[in-house]
Amino acid sequence: MPASSSPIAGDGTSALIDLAAALEERFGIEIAKGPANGGFVFTLSLFKPSLLPALCKFMFWEHGCLFGGITAEEQAARWEMHYAFLLPGAGWIDVELSLPIETTSLPSIVAEVHAADWHEREIEDMFGIRFENHPRLGDFILHDQIWREGIEPMRKSFAAGRPPLEHKVDREWQPLLIVGDPGSFAMPVGPVYEGGIGESLHFLLETVGEDVIRAVPRLFYKYRAVEKIAEGRTILDALLLAERFAATSAFAHSLAFCQAVERIGAVEVPRRAAALRVLLAELERMRHHAGAITAICESTALAVSSAQVAIIEENLLRASCVFARHRYLFGLNTPGGLNCEFGLEQCKELLVAVDKAESDLRLLEKRLRFSSSFLDRLEDVGAVTGESARDLNLVGPVGRASAQNCDLRKACPYSGYGRYAFEVPSETEGDGYARLRVLFAEATQSAKLMHQVCAALEEGPVRVSCQVQRAGAALGWTEAPRGAALHWLRVSDEGIVERYRAVTPSFNNWLGFHVAAEDFAFQDFPIILATFGLSATECDR
Amino acid sequence: MSFWFWHGLRKGIQTTRYPERAENTPGVSPGRPVNTDFSTDEAAQLAAEICPTDAIVAHGKSTYVNHGKCVHCQLCRYSLRSPMNWEPGYEWSRIPTNQAEAAPLPSAFAKSMHIMVVDAGDCGACLHEVKQLNNPLYNMHRLGLFLTATPRTADVLLVVGPVSENMRGPLLKTWEAMPTSRKVIAVGTCAISGGVFGKSFMCACGVGAVLPVDFEVPGNPPPPLAILHGLLAVAGRKSLKTPTSISEGRL
Repeated sequence: MPASSSPIAGDGTSALIDLAAALEERFGIEIAKGPANGGFVFTLSLFKPSLLPALCKFMFWEHGCLFGGITAEEQAARWEMHYAFLLPGAGWIDVELSLPIETTSLPSIVAEVHAADWHEREIEDMFGIRFENHPRLGDFILHDQIWREGIEPMRKSFAAGRPPLEHKVDREWQPLLIVGDPGSFAMPVGPVYEGGIGESLHFLLETVGEDVIRAVPRLFYKYRAVEKIAEGRTILDALLLAERFAATSAFAHSLAFCQAVERIGAVEVPRRAAALRVLLAELERMRHHAGAITAICESTALAVSSAQVAIIEENLLRASCVFARHRYLFGLNTPGGLNCEFGLEQCKELLVAVDKAESDLRLLEKRLRFSSSFLDRLEDVGAVTGESARDLNLVGPVGRASAQNCDLRKACPYSGYGRYAFEVPSETEGDGYARLRVLFAEATQSAKLMHQVCAALEEGPVRVSCQVQRAGAALGWTEAPRGAALHWLRVSDEGIVERYRAVTPSFNNWLGFHVAAEDFAFQDFPIILATFGLSATECDR
Repeated sequence: MSFWFWHGLRKGIQTTRYPERAENTPGVSPGRPVNTDFSTDEAAQLAAEICPTDAIVAHGKSTYVNHGKCVHCQLCRYSLRSPMNWEPGYEWSRIPTNQAEAAPLPSAFAKSMHIMVVDAGDCGACLHEVKQLNNPLYNMHRLGLFLTATPRTADVLLVVGPVSENMRGPLLKTWEAMPTSRKVIAVGTCAISGGVFGKSFMCACGVGAVLPVDFEVPGNPPPPLAILHGLLAVAGRKSLKTPTSISEGRL
């Protein structure tokens, strides 16, 4: 467990115990493990799959839990399903379901927890488990026009290393249209669009004229099967994958992965390493937000502002490179701490660059606030209500712009975040402008955090040995720049990865993107897309 | 609103002078490991063993780096008692090993070259660095390099990413739609060798497995100036030497 000193408030644990007791009473389920995994994770075993929808509804709606994701696993010739929920301020609840391998279907929880939609689609596509009463399965990761039915790549029997199958492109294939009325038409966008500078993904925009009635994103063009190819690799090799599947939030993902490894190995990271990790994570957040703001300015075609914020972003990239010897902070995290040491002079130098960027950003925000043509394009555009955001479990700055205030740095502190004072900015309007304001405010908070870290940096090692010598599974989590990231890892006693699951903020938020894009005019579409700041590669993995 | 005009002017010119002059601002490039001579065979062997993608090959006391495989994990810098040497710089682009010599576009394209970018499963870093070329600090427009949104008017196909299976079709379609004078430039280690993703049922192990590649820009990710160097090489404004030996990266 990293920085065990990050305390969970006493009442937090008791809230977990209360919830577990309520679940035990109401659903007759058993607490398999008490507060295991370093006091953060409760594992509950459910024996009757039919209770699943009611149980998830109870947790999500009646107890205010946040949905963390579903992980399927083929373990010792049985199916193991994990339904993760977060009780903010307390910890994680992992509802475990063990089923015989012959099981081919499960009750869907989509009707109760809409946020589970894509998780179930992914499991159906990759494992072949059907979810009863799910409104739409199929054609998700394995695109129907090239992949034939019946391929289940995440099954253990499927060899990841085999060469790509010879595909026959089905030229007759048609996407499913939702509106489909006479007079309506569908406008396809992508996968190669914006001159390729946009990430590869596809939108089907259904319209009857000026407004987008339905916006259906079709992702996974960039799917590289990271979860599958990680299996059978050593922990260090899998870490390379965790770090490199989404480079613009590389540090946050490698941190979550390392925390999972450290929990399995029961290793405590030195306080200096934990503090430096916070420093680097906040540097990444600030740089990411500068990039997201650049994209928003570009989408509204306000050229001078986008040029100026692009300079800020590039300067932060350069500062990262000078500080950590890599512009995207690769190669720093390792299980047990950090690969290299950072001196005080280096930190001071970094803070100078950070302060410059922060004051430049504040100045820019002030100027943007007085640019009416800019604000006209953002205000009331792409609005997501608080209810929708809760319903779809939106995370990160997008969720916080719609009054969903969850931030894992506060809700379930890791790496010693509990030691620092910072705010989690949030807004209630949920429109494009609110999302922009959240980005600016968070960048300021990140700078503040970096100052606190450097001021209180303790002496000591930045790394301890972290040898995994026993089999185990654990969850690691971080608040990545785009929101909550969960990495679930199971390793064998030889330190070989048996199952790796990454639930990323983009995967969560893409599901909710259509809510913002629908009923707005075509010309607003790129702006809404930019204010959501989603990454296809982070979603696709 | 007119204040933007003044703020823009007041910022002054921020653009790099590269390629007329070398750009040495700290942080423009992370550098890379280079061929290193160690004092013992064992030290060279250790360096080769620690490399997770076999980019380092030991030969006696010497090690050679194939930058087309280096994923910049920095293990050979941080985790060895005697670390590999690192070089600064960014003029890294090279010719694929299956090509005899550089074949740039005809000179008519030297001052006006249109680039089509395709993201074939990139992690976001290379694409982001290509994007940086449009910011005022690099401003590739001044060199007559333009991004275009349609393959019909494109002269160069710039591909990032290891070519995921779902992007193989769109990538080939884009290539087929281009005029046949096209050149293909693979940017980043993943586009050259598959990088950490390697060869799998979902990954083609680099652009070379799908398309004929004319130029390569190694790096994970290559910094903007390295990509710019590669583009200038395609335009025939930077000449590249053909690697002839193992020490020049021909592995």
